[in-house]
Amino acid sequence: MRLFPASSALLLLACAAPLFGQERPLALTGSRIYPIDGEPIADGVLVVHQGRIVAVGAAEKVIVPAGAETRALPPGKVILPGLVDSHSHIGGAQGGDGSGALHPEVRVLDALDARHPSIQRAQAGGITTANVMPGSGQLISGQTLYLKLRDGRIIDDLLIRLADGSAAGGLKMANGTNPMRSPGGPFPGTRAKAAAMVRDQFIKAQEYQAKIARAKGDPEKLPARDLGLEMIGEALAGRRVVQFHSHRHDDILTALRLRQEFGFKMVLHHVSEAWKVAPEIAAAGVPVSAIVLDSPGGKLEARDLSFDTPAALERAGAEVGLHSDDPVIDSRHFLRSAAIAVRAGMSRPAALRAVTLANARMLGLEDRVGTLTVGKDADFIVLSGDPFSVYTQVEETWVEGRRVFDLTDPRDRSYALGGPGAGDPRRTPLCCYTSAWDIILAANGALQQ
Amino acid sequence: MNRADRFALLLLLAPAAASAAMPLAIHAGVLYPVSGPPVREALILIRDSRITFVGPADDRMISADHQIIRAAVVTPGLIDARATVGLSGLLNQPHDQDMLERSAPVQPELRAIDAYNGGDPLVAWVRSLGVTTVNTGHSPGTLVSGQTMVVKTSGSTRDREVLRPAAFITAALGGAGLNRAEGKAPGTRAKAVALLRAELIKAQEYVRKRALTDETKHPARDLRLEALGRALDGSQRLLITAHKAPDILAALRLAKEFNLRIVLDGCADAPLVLEEIRAAGFPVILHPTMARAGDETENLAMDTPAKLAAAGISFAFQSGYESYVPKTRVVLFEAAVAAGRGLGFERALAGATLEAAKTLGVADRIGTVEVGKDADLALFDGDPFEYTTRVTATVINGELFRDGPR
Repeated sequence: MRLFPASSALLLLACAAPLFGQERPLALTGSRIYPIDGEPIADGVLVVHQGRIVAVGAAEKVIVPAGAETRALPPGKVILPGLVDSHSHIGGAQGGDGSGALHPEVRVLDALDARHPSIQRAQAGGITTANVMPGSGQLISGQTLYLKLRDGRIIDDLLIRLADGSAAGGLKMANGTNPMRSPGGPFPGTRAKAAAMVRDQFIKAQEYQAKIARAKGDPEKLPARDLGLEMIGEALAGRRVVQFHSHRHDDILTALRLRQEFGFKMVLHHVSEAWKVAPEIAAAGVPVSAIVLDSPGGKLEARDLSFDTPAALERAGAEVGLHSDDPVIDSRHFLRSAAIAVRAGMSRPAALRAVTLANARMLGLEDRVGTLTVGKDADFIVLSGDPFSVYTQVEETWVEGRRVFDLTDPRDRSYALGGPGAGDPRRTPLCCYTSAWDIILAANGALQQ
Repeated sequence: MNRADRFALLLLLAPAAASAAMPLAIHAGVLYPVSGPPVREALILIRDSRITFVGPADDRMISADHQIIRAAVVTPGLIDARATVGLSGLLNQPHDQDMLERSAPVQPELRAIDAYNGGDPLVAWVRSLGVTTVNTGHSPGTLVSGQTMVVKTSGSTRDREVLRPAAFITAALGGAGLNRAEGKAPGTRAKAVALLRAELIKAQEYVRKRALTDETKHPARDLRLEALGRALDGSQRLLITAHKAPDILAALRLAKEFNLRIVLDGCADAPLVLEEIRAAGFPVILHPTMARAGDETENLAMDTPAKLAAAGISFAFQSGYESYVPKTRVVLFEAAVAAGRGLGFERALAGATLEAAKTLGVADRIGTVEVGKDADLALFDGDPFEYTTRVTATVINGELFRDGPR
């Protein structure tokens, strides 16, 4: 069950040959490198070629390929993997509306704008991969997208293609007060009703799948196609991770109960009160994408929100990621969240992992992003210093071997710091990721005029 | 202290005697007094809520009754120059949201002190992050929303905790001051300014008539016009929130027309009109940069503090107002972002201490670590602005608060 059966062939063509950076290998030398899957390297070398990492290690061990362009970075620079944000709303994300509480058929894809300035600001914050989600105002608010923050012309340029050609993404769900409304309408008025509605829908999807299986391809016996049940079916089959918004400790337990009943893959999000049920979360083996905010409150279920949550989850042995929830936290402050977690007792390695590899695993993208490992995508950032310091700036962001953010570029600088122009859409890229198909379309358009 | 301050202070319920805190001897690895250069291995002595000694560490200065506290870094208690904590409660439920009255567009008679809840958890929250004084009150959202008060974050409103019970009158130009409902005024920027000008002219007339020697010609007392009268004579300054450049210019135009001494608030577009702000000479309480950029604040920037400093404009940091999650910003974090984006450590610290105290008119009591000043301190285990540094304690009027470490 692909996302776009009819158009996937075209999309595959469109994304088949992005013009990667470096026909020549590029070697960055002289920086401190945090590969995340190993110990920090004091005097490290990173070599990328054709969008992939081809070597990473200590200066005395890495042999820079002949013909490589070598850039010796000034002393004090730090290289990290491109940051992975497991929960963001950049790009003008939208999901389901107020007409109902269950919108599995709604795609965030159909709302996103590749030129939205929030994407440039995320690049300025060092984010190279983001799970862009619909909001939490519904029990199921729609399908999320895992994006690579390339300098794209259209949103298709930012998609991550799975082996079957479909676009990588999850399914956004929520419980607690956000999807609850006054009774009488299509929304639940209580928590128990919310859980019952979700169970009911998942059972429908199970039965829908069973009918399809029984039909054995016989068109006469196939049920009428149902976009929503199809999507829940993808979650039930483990092909689509449920990204579950939950704050209060009992709501977290409800989410765990649903997962146990239906067996889907799940990541818990926000989890204001996860520190109260950290052992239960760890025991369930469910990864957690947490948020740290300047203050608690703002709604009842966030009253006990704490800086301590990531550290408590780490101590309990859970897999912990962090997220921006942009615009709740501006993407440019994403690394700061890791630092605040350290402030409250999280270990530094776990905090760095929480904005890279842990999140990559939550999106099922750990084979491609999240660490500086030979063979993975050449997604990395160059920092002016210690990743946790307020005085450090993201100087460069690279996606698949192409620099998408450069602090010395005045335009990029305005996205990094703000100011007039930072709210404007990005300039049209001159080259990047324009596919052969785009060129054909553009030429065709020109001919018709 | 203005007339309104004095009047409101009389109304405060003061306990017969403030609880006597134990004298403190605070040993700082580094003290940033703000009034002068940093002092390594410094000693601060506190007795009866005041600072009695500041100097190099010397054990002979410490009396037997001093409680000895050690901290890696000590600064003056941080000052939040524009907040709504205590009025906009943590829970964000109708019963704890007192920061905005929408029944009329101009209500300068609404006093923060009649709504402030020092026991709200957000007051303790900002205290746990080094903030010892807030200028808190009504939020932007109507043209003239009310008054602010300058109060310590100890949680009570005993008179020594309240520095100024009626500090500023808060106004908002641009989107934050409009009423978008159909048929309501002010619905446009120009109408808002016209409305405010008309009110100020009414207040001028009111003040003139109330000063007539023939008391039979006095108009009946009017709290609203009295308050605006204080804005006119400068005893209770207007604090005008304006983000877009035209709104900042409109505020300056009003100040010129009525000869007002105003304080500018927000000013996301300040870099576009730096010269005009500098020439007017009014201080700026800069928007929280950690807040979401968008709409009116689309141009907010992390390096605006550095630009204001370079232009010689006095400014202070604020937490501002948040309508949702998180329910307040924190001045410590605001100053930190500015420090890391071109402003530098010492100027950022001044913006959260002495500069704020000057803007709020309370620099005689707080804002620096000097003998005779209120014993308000923030204690840290490292560079105060580093995200990984924790606040280990705060001292307010000589009383030690251990909310954290956080």
